[in-house]
Amino acid sequence: MSNIAIHCEGLGKQYRLGAASQHRYKALRDVLAGAATAPFRAAAALARGERVRKEKPAPFWALRDVSFDIEHGEIVGVIGRNGAGKSTLLKILSKITTPTTGYARIHGRVGSLLEVGSGFHPELTGRDNIYMNGAILGMTRREIERKFDEIVAFAEVEKFVDTPVKRYSSGMYLRLAFAVAAHLEPEILFVDEVLAVGDAAFQKKCLGKMNEVSRQGRTIIFVSHNMTALRNLCTRAIWLADGKVVEDGEAGAVVADYLQRNSSSRLETVWDDPGTAPGNDRVRLHSVRVIPKSVDEAGQITVSSPIQLEFCYWNLVPDAVLHISIFLYSLEEVCIFNVGSEAAPRPRGLIRHTCEIPGNLLNDGCYYLRLLIVRDLSTPIFTHNNVAAFEVRDLPRAGAWYGKWQGAVRPNLKWATEVIGAESSLVRS
Amino acid sequence: MASDAAARLASAPQRDPDYTEIYPASGWAALKLGELWRYRELLLFLTWREIKVRYKQTAIGAGWALIQPLFTMLIFTLFFGRLAKMPSEGVPYSVFSLTALVPWIFFANGLTLSSNSLVGNANLIGKVYFPRLLIPISSVLSGFVDFVLAFILLALFCMYEGVRVHGAIVWLPVFLLLATVACLGVGLWFSALNVEYRDVRYIIPFLTQLWLFATPVVYPASLLGGRWRSVYGLNPMVSVVEGFRWAVLGTARPEGGMLAFSAVTAVVLLVSGAFYFRRMEQNFADIV
Repeated sequence: MSNIAIHCEGLGKQYRLGAASQHRYKALRDVLAGAATAPFRAAAALARGERVRKEKPAPFWALRDVSFDIEHGEIVGVIGRNGAGKSTLLKILSKITTPTTGYARIHGRVGSLLEVGSGFHPELTGRDNIYMNGAILGMTRREIERKFDEIVAFAEVEKFVDTPVKRYSSGMYLRLAFAVAAHLEPEILFVDEVLAVGDAAFQKKCLGKMNEVSRQGRTIIFVSHNMTALRNLCTRAIWLADGKVVEDGEAGAVVADYLQRNSSSRLETVWDDPGTAPGNDRVRLHSVRVIPKSVDEAGQITVSSPIQLEFCYWNLVPDAVLHISIFLYSLEEVCIFNVGSEAAPRPRGLIRHTCEIPGNLLNDGCYYLRLLIVRDLSTPIFTHNNVAAFEVRDLPRAGAWYGKWQGAVRPNLKWATEVIGAESSLVRS
Repeated sequence: MASDAAARLASAPQRDPDYTEIYPASGWAALKLGELWRYRELLLFLTWREIKVRYKQTAIGAGWALIQPLFTMLIFTLFFGRLAKMPSEGVPYSVFSLTALVPWIFFANGLTLSSNSLVGNANLIGKVYFPRLLIPISSVLSGFVDFVLAFILLALFCMYEGVRVHGAIVWLPVFLLLATVACLGVGLWFSALNVEYRDVRYIIPFLTQLWLFATPVVYPASLLGGRWRSVYGLNPMVSVVEGFRWAVLGTARPEGGMLAFSAVTAVVLLVSGAFYFRRMEQNFADIV
C-alpha cells in the first residue's frame, strides 16, 4: 500500500451567482409561472425582432484545479484570505458537497470538524448531546460509552451532565462541544477554524489537544488564520487564493511568503475620473490615503506612529445624508475596530473625511481597511473590502525579550507605581 | 491497545475501510443502501433525538399524541356521524372514524415532518457528512411512538364500545408497513423538493387536507361503486384505512385489486422518491 492518505487532482467547485441567486431559494411558483409564460415571452421577443436570450447566471469558481497528495502522518495547514476556497476544499474532502470537476481519493477513516457541536440541541441534556454529537461525528455508541467520562472531564461539566444545554454558559457549551470532537479518533482529520472561537484559555486547550493529536501520527488538514498556530503545528502548508493553489510546501516558508505578499502596503490610491472610479450612481470613490505622521529611519510606520486616514468621494445626489464607516482588519482577518464619521446632509461634489489613529494603539502587524459609505445612517450604498493596506513595524527593543507582544492592540498605558508601605509593613502586627 | 484499534476498525461506521472516492455530481446516483445500513446507529440516534425533543418542547408532551386523534374523532363524530348521518358499516361512528384516524395521523404527521426535515436540519447538512436519507427516514420513524400511543387509545375505545378482537388483527402490521412506505415515499419527494423550492412547504398542509378527503376516513370506501374501488386503491391510504378497519373492526375485507394498486403505488413512490432524493442530495449542502 502506498503511503498516500489524500490524493486530489483537478478539484474544482463552481457556484452559480447572479440572476438565479438573487433570491437564494427558488420558488416552485416562480418556476411554474416562468415555464408557463416562457413561450409567450419568446414569441413577444421574436415579434420585436430580438433574439431569445436565456438568462445565464455568471459562474463563480470557489475552487479551481486544485491538486495535491498528502501522506499519512502529515499535518497540513491551509491558508488564504476569506473566500479563497479553504472551506470549500474541506467540504469537498468531507463529502458534504460534491466537486464540479476533478477527483479525490482518501485512504482511511475520516473525521471532519467543520464546526463544534453539530447536532447539539438546546433542549437535550449534556449527556444526550454527547451521544448525539458523537454519533453524528461518526462514533459508535460503544465508543462513546467508553469515552464518556473522559469527555465530561475534559469539558469540566461533571455537575451539569444531566442539565439541558440551554442552561449552559456559552463557555461550557463550547467546551462540551469541543470535548466530544477532541475524542474522535479518525485516521484523517479535517479541522476548520473551530479554534477561532472561545476564550484564550479554551483556545490554548484546543491547541494543546491538536498538538497531542498531531503527535499520534494522524493525518490532519487544518484551516486557520492563526499563523502562529499553523507554524507550530503544521509540517506543510497550502496557500489558496481565488480558489487556486499559490504555494504548497514547508509550513514556515509558505506562511512567510503569504504574510509577505499580503503585507504589500497600499498607502495611497487615487481615481481621477468620476466616470470610472469605483462606485455607483450615488457615490464614486476619489481617493484613499494612509498618511503616517511620523516614521522611523527606514521610512516605516511603527507602533508609535499616529496615522492619518483620508477618504475622498464624489457625492452625486444633492443633500444625501451620508457618512463613512471604516473597518480595520489584521491579516488574520480579525476586526480591530470599526468607526464611523458623523452623518450629515452633503451637497453634490467632492467630500473628504479624515481621522487619525493615535500612535501607540496598534500592535505591530499588517492591516487593511474596509470602507462603507452609508446613507441615512443605515443603508450601505458602497462597500470596498480592501481600500488600503499598511504595515506597522515594531520599535527596536531595549530589553532581552524579542517575542511578539500579544493582543490585537498595544496601547501605551500610563502606569503609576509607588511604594505604599514601608519595610515595617512586612511584619505582621 | 490492539483490541482498541480492532474495535475501531470493525465499528468504523463512516466509510469503506479501504478508501473513499470523491467524484463530481453525476445525475442519477446509486441508492447506496449498504452505506445506509452502516449508518443505522446514527439513524436510531436521530430518531431518538426527534422524539425526545418533540416531547420536551410541547407543554403537554406525549399527551399531544392522544389529543390529536381524540379531538379529531370527536369533531368528526359530531359533524359527519351525528349531523350528516354518514354510514359507518354497522359500527359506532366514533370507533369507525378513530380506527381510520390512527393510521391517517401517523401518515399525515410523518409526511409533514419528513417534508420539512431537511430544511430544519440545514445546519447539520452544511457541516457534517452522513447519508441525507437518514433525516427524512428518522422523521417518519419517530412517528411510531405517537402511533403506539394513539393505538392504545383506540384499543381502549374498542373495549369500551364492545368491539371484539378478530383474527384479521394479525394483518395490521402489513397495513402499517404500507402506510410507512407510502409516507416515506411522499416524504422523500417533498423533502428534496422543499430544499430546492421553498414554497413547497406551503403546499403540504393543503395537500394533506385534500388527501384526507380522498381517503375513506370520514366515510366508508363502500360509498364508491365497485368498479372504481380498484382504481381508488391508487391512493395507498385507501387500502391502509380499509385494512385497519378490517383488522380492528372486522368490516369487509379490502379487495385484492385495490390492495395491489395501493402496494404498487406505494413502492413506486418510495423507489422513485429515493432516487430523486439521491439525485438532489448532491447539491443539498450548497442550497439548503
